[in-house]
Amino acid sequence: MDIKWKGGIILIFVILIYLLLRPGVHYERIEIAGSTSVQPVAEKLAAEYMKKHPDVKINIQGGGSGMGIRTAQQGVVDIGTSSKSLKPEEKDGLREYVIGKDGIVIAVNKENPINDLTKEQLRDIFSGKIRNWKEVGGPDAEIHVIVREEGSGTRSSFQSLVMKDTKIRKDAIVQGSTESVKQAVKQDPYAIGFVSMSHMSDDVKALKIDGVQPSEKTVADGSYPLVVPFIFLTKGEPTGVVKDFIKWVFSPEGQNIIRSERIVPAIANVSDDD
Amino acid sequence: MISRTREMLIEKGLFLTAIFSIIIIILLIVLFIFREAIPIFQDYGFIHFIFGWEWAPSDGEYGVFTMIVGSLCITFLSLAIAVPFSFLCAIFMAEIAPQFMRRILKPVIETLAAIPSVVYGFFGLIVLVPLVRTHIGGTGFGILTASLILAIMIMPTIISVSEDAIKSVPLEYKEASLALGATHWQTIRYVIVPAAIPGIITSIILAMGRAIGETLAVIMVAGNVAQIPSSILDPVRALTSNIALEMGYATGLHYSALFGTAVILFIVIMILLVIANYFHYKKKIVVGGGYL
Repeated sequence: MDIKWKGGIILIFVILIYLLLRPGVHYERIEIAGSTSVQPVAEKLAAEYMKKHPDVKINIQGGGSGMGIRTAQQGVVDIGTSSKSLKPEEKDGLREYVIGKDGIVIAVNKENPINDLTKEQLRDIFSGKIRNWKEVGGPDAEIHVIVREEGSGTRSSFQSLVMKDTKIRKDAIVQGSTESVKQAVKQDPYAIGFVSMSHMSDDVKALKIDGVQPSEKTVADGSYPLVVPFIFLTKGEPTGVVKDFIKWVFSPEGQNIIRSERIVPAIANVSDDD
Repeated sequence: MISRTREMLIEKGLFLTAIFSIIIIILLIVLFIFREAIPIFQDYGFIHFIFGWEWAPSDGEYGVFTMIVGSLCITFLSLAIAVPFSFLCAIFMAEIAPQFMRRILKPVIETLAAIPSVVYGFFGLIVLVPLVRTHIGGTGFGILTASLILAIMIMPTIISVSEDAIKSVPLEYKEASLALGATHWQTIRYVIVPAAIPGIITSIILAMGRAIGETLAVIMVAGNVAQIPSSILDPVRALTSNIALEMGYATGLHYSALFGTAVILFIVIMILLVIANYFHYKKKIVVGGGYL
């Protein structure tokens, strides 16, 4: 009985140690972390790349643009991702690859008669200067402003593109993800919120900004004013498999996948690489 | 001889496991949280941090007072909704319900406890938020909605623990009371419930812990605005939501401020536990040499 027990325990330990230390199949690994907006397209790219290169493993994590920038700087990950332009002090030692462009869509409920807002009106609505829909030609009802949490890439892009130095009103409802912003706008006829264009769907209405309808075309030609870059960041010059992956992302094949995720590709940057 | 050493080994093993699982793990967690929170207390000031009304990490403002108020509002309102219902439900299940009904109720309540909180949150976002907005007012995101969701989440805890407490009241008490001519209701009212009160308070303590610690469901329905509420329809931000919302982005002092939030949460929970345990102790009925 005793011996059986001991034998069993020793066997389990041996197996565990073997599992921990085994030489294993040799994989090249790429760790990617950062913006949750970039995450879906990065996952698509990684899946396709791994199909082509079975000896490469790519891990992708969310966490936000801030985390992508930080972990890339610290060298914790091979590629950090960001959905906002970097401030000069954040660029330190990082190489940027703009893999595509996404628009920020201002979403309202489908019952809302408003179709068009100017950037100034938008700023006044989100800062709390305009508090009733009738001030911009809508129904006589209070505007329910829905924003993302502080630190979100979409929020900071919105801040720099629309609000500039004006602050977003303090009593705006905060939602933790693009989906919950959309959900809130979908239910509330008097709500307004911002979501990234790649996450946009038909259950809420996209507003024209300064008369321009957000679409892939208007984002690509620069006429739509609210555009954010999707960025891959590496610490210093990428090497080996990381370099190869980034190069592949900028190949026609990679750019096609980016396009299929409704993000406007940015092939122009491929020259950075070689 | 062999069996004696073995027994000793087993005893020591149990002792070590107990020490490790309870004391060391808690100590490590607390130490780690406090260590990470030190910079914010030093740079921003402990009092300033607790009583500051402004939470704006990008402007260097880290006051959590609004969130302490928010957390307490949500917790107490949810308890106020859940406790009466659960308490009566527990009495019904333990004393009055016929056997077949108990067989239905018990698994239903257990299912309620097993549903993940994110599902409750989603239910709240899709169903309760529009209901509150159209029938009561405001944006739908606020203390009331969050408390309703939390009340549903904590009811199973209160019901099952209270029911056990009521059931564990010795049968002799009931028999003696009935033998003295008291009706069933009088027995419940004056004998069984008073004797079970410490257990019922324990159930409320557990529920309070769950309510104040709940994060995801609250994030989805509370609106997360860091402000002092002026009505129960106003959106508030809970301490837990604050951590979960911003953890992914935080660096430097902001990161430390989130750990500071955790320290405050820890302190708030400690204070509530001490108060609750005081009542728990005070209500104990001493019978003969021991207490119930």
